[in-house]
Amino acid sequence: MAIETKHQFGEHEREPVAVRPKVSTQIDVVPSVRPATGGGTVLPRELGPVPPRRQLGGVHRDELFNLLGAASTGLCVTILLFAWLAPFSGLIGFVVVAYVVFLAAYALLTALSADGPTVRDRIWTTVLWSAAAALFLGLFHVVGFTIWRGLPAMWHLNFFTEDLTTAGPLDPLSKGGVLHAVVGTLEMMTISLLITIPLGLACAVYLTQVGGRGSTLVRTIVEAMTALPSIVAGLFIYATLILILGFPQSGFAAATALSVMMLPIVIRAADVVLRLVPGGLREAAEALGAPRWRTVWYVVLPTARSGLVTSVILGAARGIGETSPVLLTAGYTTYLNANPIDGNQVSLPLLTFMLVRSGQPAYIQRGFGAAALLMAIVLALFVLARIFAGRAPGRVTARQARRLARQSARDEERMRRGGRYGLPGPAPGRDQQPDQQSVHLGDLP
Amino acid sequence: MHATNIAPEPAAQGTDAPVDPRPRVIRASSALADRIFRGGSRLTGLLVFSIMGAIGLFLALRATEALRAVGLDFLTTAEWQPDVHRFGIAAVLTGTVLIALVAVSVSVPLATGTALFISEIAPTWLRQWLVSLVDLMAAVPSVVYGLWGLVFLEGSVIGLARWLATWFGWIPIFRVEGADPTDPLASASVFTASAFVAGLTVALMVAPIQCSVMREAFSQAPAGEREGAYALGATRWGMISSVVLPFGRGGMIGGTMLGLGRALGETIAVYMVISQVFEIQWHILRVGTNSVSSLIALRYGDASGFGLSALMAAGLALFVITLVVNFTASTIANRSRSGAQSEV
Repeated sequence: MAIETKHQFGEHEREPVAVRPKVSTQIDVVPSVRPATGGGTVLPRELGPVPPRRQLGGVHRDELFNLLGAASTGLCVTILLFAWLAPFSGLIGFVVVAYVVFLAAYALLTALSADGPTVRDRIWTTVLWSAAAALFLGLFHVVGFTIWRGLPAMWHLNFFTEDLTTAGPLDPLSKGGVLHAVVGTLEMMTISLLITIPLGLACAVYLTQVGGRGSTLVRTIVEAMTALPSIVAGLFIYATLILILGFPQSGFAAATALSVMMLPIVIRAADVVLRLVPGGLREAAEALGAPRWRTVWYVVLPTARSGLVTSVILGAARGIGETSPVLLTAGYTTYLNANPIDGNQVSLPLLTFMLVRSGQPAYIQRGFGAAALLMAIVLALFVLARIFAGRAPGRVTARQARRLARQSARDEERMRRGGRYGLPGPAPGRDQQPDQQSVHLGDLP
Repeated sequence: MHATNIAPEPAAQGTDAPVDPRPRVIRASSALADRIFRGGSRLTGLLVFSIMGAIGLFLALRATEALRAVGLDFLTTAEWQPDVHRFGIAAVLTGTVLIALVAVSVSVPLATGTALFISEIAPTWLRQWLVSLVDLMAAVPSVVYGLWGLVFLEGSVIGLARWLATWFGWIPIFRVEGADPTDPLASASVFTASAFVAGLTVALMVAPIQCSVMREAFSQAPAGEREGAYALGATRWGMISSVVLPFGRGGMIGGTMLGLGRALGETIAVYMVISQVFEIQWHILRVGTNSVSSLIALRYGDASGFGLSALMAAGLALFVITLVVNFTASTIANRSRSGAQSEV
């Protein structure tokens, strides 16, 4: 649609400097435009009433009826098959047969009114819907089943405040709890995060910011170690720390095993996040003369902060739910042991495993409670990660933006006065025109 | 502060002055703080390298001791009696691979369908929720899946297993000896604690991880190509099959292999579900199977020094397989258009 704008130059006006020739880029789609006698903008002719918009999304009515019809066909045919015609049985078989009949009937019904590609589109859309529904149904069932079975145990307050010393297999749920495992989990996670965070982040900084010949080798071996099965990490610590060095089975040994497992995960995730920091920011910092460490400390790390926090939290979520390294290295206790260096400890996943394996109904219920509590902790970690990961690298909150603006204003003030990194004292004559410095580019003539 | 020493340039005064063709030599001499920073971070890299290298080296050294004792029998023996030098990974490796294959063949269609659903079909308001949900499910501890598999799935899978054995028993791996489908009073316990149950449990565990990687790849399919397909008259499935799937192939393979690696190495969910047998068990529906990590979890406590190195040899074999799977995945994913960005 071309809206032509034509200028009429009167005699009193000076000649236009350059008259744009009539080029063919303007396609005249409206041939019956009034001749431009009076000048000004010429609007295209009215095109008549606007036709109703086509509905592009949503579900059409006939499509809905097709779906309903196919569903009832599938159900009825399957009931007929199972009850009267063939010796089929079993719920799973029923569902599978009903689904297949439903798909066939739906294809047939759609084919009555649509062409091949449309039929394939409808069928595949239905299949994708059902795949997603099946997966989410399964996952919800796993989580919901655990929480549902764990609720009776979590209902009692003593579940969170006592350990299992006094609660035998036949004792009711109102006695004993999992405090020892909660303490163990928290201590193991603290120790392994104390090992993992500095080592992991520093190694990621080395890989991305310093580099050099060795970094490829380090990156390769870190990538390889993400494949290390967690039980092999546990076996390594068991064989070295416990059997060779004579360290007792303890929370510290378990934390070491967890660190060995978490370290490659954290390094890889942090490596990816640090590589996302825009190169322009680093180059700007270096162009201003900042040494590498200042660039990393003041530009790269703050920019990637949210991503780094996420990578650490995701590593922690993997580590906190891991059972097998703890099984090999921590031992197992029923009493509260707050000392991670000496004596056996137990973590929530290990306790769940041990309780369920015992086979006692009350213990299994407590095991479900411990698993539900563990999931709650993981969920909390995950929400934390989401909060931090909500922002892309370099985005700041309003509060951070205000703080940065204040800092920037202070810097400007300091440079104007001639501070430590500023100019060597105010130049003569600058005092007379203090506004000279804050002239914006737009104000220049 | 950087002090950049530039080698003196030849003075170019006249137009016909000889120009030195060699590039300028730029030397940067760092300040002390910067040298400390670089040295410190190199040291960390070296530390991480040596920790990781020490693990690999230690495993390999201890494993060699066991491997030297039995040689190639290690690959063909099904028993596990290291104290009389009769042990091998034939049984456990078969079980591990079967469980992982069951898991992957169940989880990949589900994960692919869900990933396509989230990235292409789900309404916009639902999409972000589903993405977060899948990521959250990927972080659910494996012991929870094991719990579910042990307490719920063991009992309720019997119907499905019997159905498969009845109708697909002519396929060798689905055959179950000792189960008579026509006898309603036959014991159902022959269908429990099998590789199939463990595989289903692990399938649900790895599906969110696979789905997350695949969705990431699918959602990066370029908008221009999508619109091009639509402009040529494609339906939505036509667009998906001609643009999104070819684009996301690397992500699909990468996600599948990632899930396979996790399924191979999974310990606790498998250990809780299966009942361990030390014989090569091809029939996935039949009770009893084994896996390398379950073997380690079962036998580490009463292992002698030599028994421990035998376990290390088994662990090393598992590690090597997982490593091959992971590197294949990352190589394929990096070569494809979409996979360059997708990672764990």
